[in-house]
Order: sequence, then C-alpha cells, then structure tokens
Amino acid sequence: MTTLPQTTQKKLGLAIDLDICVGCHACVINCKEWNTANYGAPLSDQDAYGANPVGTFLNRIHTYEVKAENKPAQTVHFPKSCLHCEDAPCVTVCPTGASYKRAEDGIVLVNESDCIGCGLCAWACPYGARELDAKEGVMKKCTLCVDRIYNENLPEEDREPACVRTCPANARHFGDYADPNSNVSVMSRIRGAVPLFDEQGTKPVNRYLPPRPKADIQTDGDIDILSPFLDTAASPPKGLLGWLDKALEAI
Amino acid sequence: MHPAPSVIIFTALSGLGFGLLTFLTLGIPDVSGKTAFFFFFLAYTLAVGGLISSTFHLGNPQRALKAFSQWRTSWLSREGVFAVLALIVTGIYAATLVFFDQRLPFVGIVGAVLSMISVFCTSMIYGQLKTVPRWNQPMTPALFILFTLAGGALLAAALKMAALFMVILGGAQLLHWLNGDKRLYQDGGTIEAATGLGHLGKVRLLESPHSGENYLLKEMAHEIGRKHARKLRIVTILFASLLPALLLLMAAPSHATAGIAIVLHLVGLFAGRWLFFAEAEHVVALYYDKHRA
Repeated sequence: MTTLPQTTQKKLGLAIDLDICVGCHACVINCKEWNTANYGAPLSDQDAYGANPVGTFLNRIHTYEVKAENKPAQTVHFPKSCLHCEDAPCVTVCPTGASYKRAEDGIVLVNESDCIGCGLCAWACPYGARELDAKEGVMKKCTLCVDRIYNENLPEEDREPACVRTCPANARHFGDYADPNSNVSVMSRIRGAVPLFDEQGTKPVNRYLPPRPKADIQTDGDIDILSPFLDTAASPPKGLLGWLDKALEAI
Repeated sequence: MHPAPSVIIFTALSGLGFGLLTFLTLGIPDVSGKTAFFFFFLAYTLAVGGLISSTFHLGNPQRALKAFSQWRTSWLSREGVFAVLALIVTGIYAATLVFFDQRLPFVGIVGAVLSMISVFCTSMIYGQLKTVPRWNQPMTPALFILFTLAGGALLAAALKMAALFMVILGGAQLLHWLNGDKRLYQDGGTIEAATGLGHLGKVRLLESPHSGENYLLKEMAHEIGRKHARKLRIVTILFASLLPALLLLMAAPSHATAGIAIVLHLVGLFAGRWLFFAEAEHVVALYYDKHRA
C-alpha cells in the first residue's frame, strides 16, 4: 500500500556524526556484505574485475571540502543512505504497491516480488538512496537491516544495522526518534541536527550531526603556527655548530 | 535525466494516439465505415504501441499488471488505469460507428475526456517530481496536453485547428523553457543546500563515492543534452510549431500539405521530447557537484 501512514509507533533511524566520520568506507562494505547475503535479491556487480566496474550499493560516502573565506578548508566525509523519510515521495509514486513505509517502526521497504523495476521511486528520491539492481531488475534500498535489528538468532549486541555495528570510529548510531530520550534524539538535539535538504519537504527521520566548529586559530595571516619553533635564526648556534654555520655560509 | 528511447517513444506516440482518439470520438472528422476504421486503427496503433513501448524499460515487465493497483497515490498507476478506461470507452464508440454505423455522442464525449485525463496523468508522472525542478511546474501538463491536441488535430485532418494549437503549443514550450531554466535555483538547488553544510562555507566535492559510473549517475546525471540544448530548442520550436503551422495556414489544404505537416511536427515532437528528458536536472546530481550556476 503506497499511502503513507499518518504516524508510526516508532521512528527508527540513524544519527550520523559528520564530525567523527573518517571516510573509511567500512560501513559501505559491511552494508554490501550483509545485504547481498541476506534479505532480498543480492546486490549485484557488473564487470566487477574489468575496466568499468559498476554495482548496486545501499550506502555511499561522498567526501566534501568546505571552505569559508579566510579560513582553512575542512574535509567532511558524508555517508549517504536511505533516510526513511516520514513524507517519503518514493513510496507514494510506486504504481504497484511494492514500496511501503511500515506503520510500526517507520522503515521504508521494497517488496521485491511486487517491484516491476520502473525506476520512478529512484527518480522521486532527492538523496539517491535507491538503486535499481541491473541483474535482478528490482529496486534496492537500505532496509535499516530489518533482518538484523529484530533477529533473535543474533547476539544482542549485533541487533543493529550492519553499518552501525561496523563503524570503527563510532560515527553512526541507531535508535528510535519517536522517543525524545533515545540516544539518537538526545544527540541530535544537543548537536543541533537539522533535516537533510529540507527544501525537498521529505521530513527525513535520519539526522546528520553537523561538524563541530573548529577552534579559531589566531595566525596573524601566517598559516604555519609551528614556524616560531622552527626559526633557527632566533638563537644563533654556538661552538662547533656555530663554526659550521659560518663556514657553510662563506662558501 | 537519461533520455531512454522507450519512454520518449511511449510519451510521444501514446500522446498522439490519445489526441487522435479525442478528436475522432468528438466526431472530427465526420467519418464512418472503412474510413473510420482506418482512422481508429491508426489511433489505437499509436496509443497501444506507445503503452507497450513503455514496458520495455521495466526491470520485470511480467508483473506490469500490478501497476494498476495504486491509483490512490501514484500518477503512474492512474495513467495505466485511465489509459485502459479510455481505450475501452473509445473502443465501444469506434465499434458501434464502424460496424453498425451508429454514433453514440455521449460515449464519445466520455471517451475524449478519458483520453485527455490519461495524457494529463502521463504528464503528472513528471510534473509531480520535486526532485526534477525543471519538470515540477504547471507548464509541464500544459505542454503535454497541447502536444496531444496539436498532433491529434493534425492527424484528424482538422488542419486549421491544428495550426491554432501549434501556435499555442509554441508559446507553451517557450514558457516551459523560461520557467524551467530558473526552477533548479528557485528550489535552493545548490550543493550547499543538498549537503546542509552551507553554514560552514563553500562546498565542493573532494572525492566521489565511487571511481566509476553507477545507476544514479547513468539515470539522473545525463549531461549531453545540455551541450546541444540551444540548437535542439530551435529545432523543436521550428518543427513542432512554426513551420507546420505556417504551412497549414498558407498552403491549400490537401493530403500532401497534411503529410508534410505531420512529418515536420513529428521531428519537432521527438526533438522536444528528447530534450525534455535530456535537459532536466535531478537534484541528486548536486551531491556529485554537478549543476553549478
């Protein structure tokens, strides 16, 4: 059913800390590994060992440079996957009912046996969170590892999305945004996280914690703050070094 | 957006087919018997051929019937439903006209309205997408409907009416471009807005998530169209609107005049429809640092 639920009991989602992410792509790889081997069609690759490899991924990391005037540039690694929007345009455009948003936890999923692979949902998503698998001809997207988070066959510490479980920097967090006291709600509030690309009106559940402001280093126009320590002229050398210095300069 | 031939052929041909059906079921031209059969045969070939062509780009076309189920929210589903309804109702009108020489005016009017609704639904598949600002404007449905009316009138041999619709179509096409060129930036279409990092400074892509292509880039970051956009716009306006309209207004009405006008209009229609896709910017490309002002 492509009509969106009015509200969902839970709003499960991720908090992604852009201040911490180091862009190692471990989440990308673990996502691909888990989701190619478990729920739904595998995430295929084409020409995987050839000159032009392409493949289906549910999570991708862009790396941006952000530069304010008269400040040093800063690097921001930006992991991007489905944000499980409350007003998900990808769901309502689906002609077959394959795309749906669950009323119980808000996860946006694709029923692959109903998907005709028309690609319209991928067009409707502003975030590039959906990719049509070239081999299976069905739409693939982040499931928030629905087959892990409720999976009682896994040890309890593994019952979170693969990307969160694997992040070595602890930049990714999983929780319930419907609960104002959950881990993700609290950190989003403290860090002033805002909905991504709000202009699109999708009301995303996932939040990005913005990079913390950098300490404003006073440089007096001289970028290299270590240079005073490297300045040899400040204390002229004595003894053997002093002689060497003079001899070398005389040559 | 990637200009997939199946979708260009589908929207262009089914638009012409439903246009012709609209005029035929309104009694334009006033035909019966074999002539009526020929006209309806042409209309159905175009409309159904276009619809079949649209299934070629599907990943799993064997499940296409499921696409009729979600008409409550999906314009694509509505389009399927209304196309089938229009074909059934106009079919009843055509059968009674061709085989029993009976004209059912009320059925005809319903068939014409359903045909136009079907084209409107097609246009809304594109017009609804906030992610493609160039399409997300009221002129998109206007453009599709005017192409249908102009092409339909032309095929229905209502030559003066076709000329009139072509002139209006030309104006609508110009407006669509003028609006369209501003839409991306009206919608805050910058890499800073997309990433939410604008408060920290100017943003540029330092490293792409992948070294090669991917589905998103192939499907939504097509760039060849914009390179030749100006030339193709001139071709579209000249061939879809100005030249056939002038010909129809100046030359004596004949099969030859109509034939030449149809060929000219088809060239303009396909150029315009190719450009409609190729020129359209998808906001996901902003994350890849494309579409700079």
